[in-house]
Amino acid sequence: MHDGPSIQELLTAVKGFLDSEAMAELNGHGRFNARVASNVLATALRELEQRPAAEADEIARLQALLGMRGETGDLDTLNQSLIAKIRSGELDETSVELLAHLKATAIAQLNIDQPQYSGLKS
Amino acid sequence: MANMSMAEQIESALNRISTIFPSESSELTDLARLSGGASQETWAFTVSDPKTGRNRYILRRAPDGHAEGRSEAAIALSTEAKLIKQARNSGVPAPSVLHICAPSDGLGDGFIMAFLEGETIARKILRDEIYADARSDLASACGTALGKIHALRLEDVADLALPRSDGLAQLKQYEDIYRNFERPRPIIELAFQVLRKTPPRPLPPVLVHGDFRLGNLMIDEHGLAGVLDWELAHIGDPREDIGWICVNSWRFGHSANRVGGFGALEPFLAAYAQAGGHTFAPKEIDWWEMLGSLKWGIMCMIMYESFRSGATPTVERAAIGRRVSETEIDLLNLVERGQ
Repeated sequence: MHDGPSIQELLTAVKGFLDSEAMAELNGHGRFNARVASNVLATALRELEQRPAAEADEIARLQALLGMRGETGDLDTLNQSLIAKIRSGELDETSVELLAHLKATAIAQLNIDQPQYSGLKS
Repeated sequence: MANMSMAEQIESALNRISTIFPSESSELTDLARLSGGASQETWAFTVSDPKTGRNRYILRRAPDGHAEGRSEAAIALSTEAKLIKQARNSGVPAPSVLHICAPSDGLGDGFIMAFLEGETIARKILRDEIYADARSDLASACGTALGKIHALRLEDVADLALPRSDGLAQLKQYEDIYRNFERPRPIIELAFQVLRKTPPRPLPPVLVHGDFRLGNLMIDEHGLAGVLDWELAHIGDPREDIGWICVNSWRFGHSANRVGGFGALEPFLAAYAQAGGHTFAPKEIDWWEMLGSLKWGIMCMIMYESFRSGATPTVERAAIGRRVSETEIDLLNLVERGQ
């Protein structure tokens, strides 16, 4: 399969069109939607760049937290195990390790979703 | 009728409502739709009269057969109008309601109120120089208004048959919604656990506004001009409204100011108690702020779900699904602060 233009280039091209052409032509709700669409493409571009490493880190942290180091397991399965431990009370808010993992996961997610969000700074 | 545009139909219906026209020479002009989706519309118009001059009004209405698109918890617009009247009579800054639509008006469920001058867009209120004076005293102005709302006697609104919902009922309600999505998120799970473990002491119920925050408050250069959007009003816990305006999402980037991004909680609570509300310590609001963040996160999931299901296939509804993570970091910050 080809990758010229790559998916990043395709998304960047559409984002450029929205930012420099469509928004200038649109008013009111159409313009608002174009801005939202541009932000969505920025999120998609960040995700393409950051998700593989962020997900690998999350899996490694989950394996350590759940005592499953070295075992294979996809992210969904690991998160289901984590949630079971949270719901049973085996892991709760007094666990420094749990909070550290969740914080790192939330930060990685926000770096993709909304990197300017105020909650990241506190 | 079939060939008339929606604006023409509304203009024709409004022209038959005598209460908004001071005399035979009064004239309706400048009818324009301001906002709203399929379920609810907001229209502005002007009535000009040789004696009373030009006065601007707002029509809010849910056209017949379209009420189902509103939030499930939303009260009817006619009920909202009666509530606004009641609140205004008790000294709460709120628009004056001139007319509550009857079926014979042909406008659906709705009401007409005076147009309030001012700004509702949070980012402008929090940033623009012309609101600097308003901001300096806004925490106590909001505390006073909310104290008066919560001091309204429940027997005076008994005929409105408002829904009842306290904190634990809401925790359960939102957990049910979240579980139905079958999209588990560890931080959301932890927040449910933490909140369940430390339920707040029960308090006598009051009238709760239900969405008391910037965006629903009309602000002018002098301060709070009116409390708007009463559609989520219910009978419940007074701390719900206080916690809601403290939610970090409603500080719009100005996180250092716990109340709405513009003030500290202490002066807010002092003004609130003086206006007839309970005396609360800031710590008593923590549980409710966390509940508020959790609710907003699940509301974002609900809006994303309406995209996923195909009910509202807009880019905005898709995008809001990527705001759940904002509430997750807020929830974690609150959990850490509690440890």
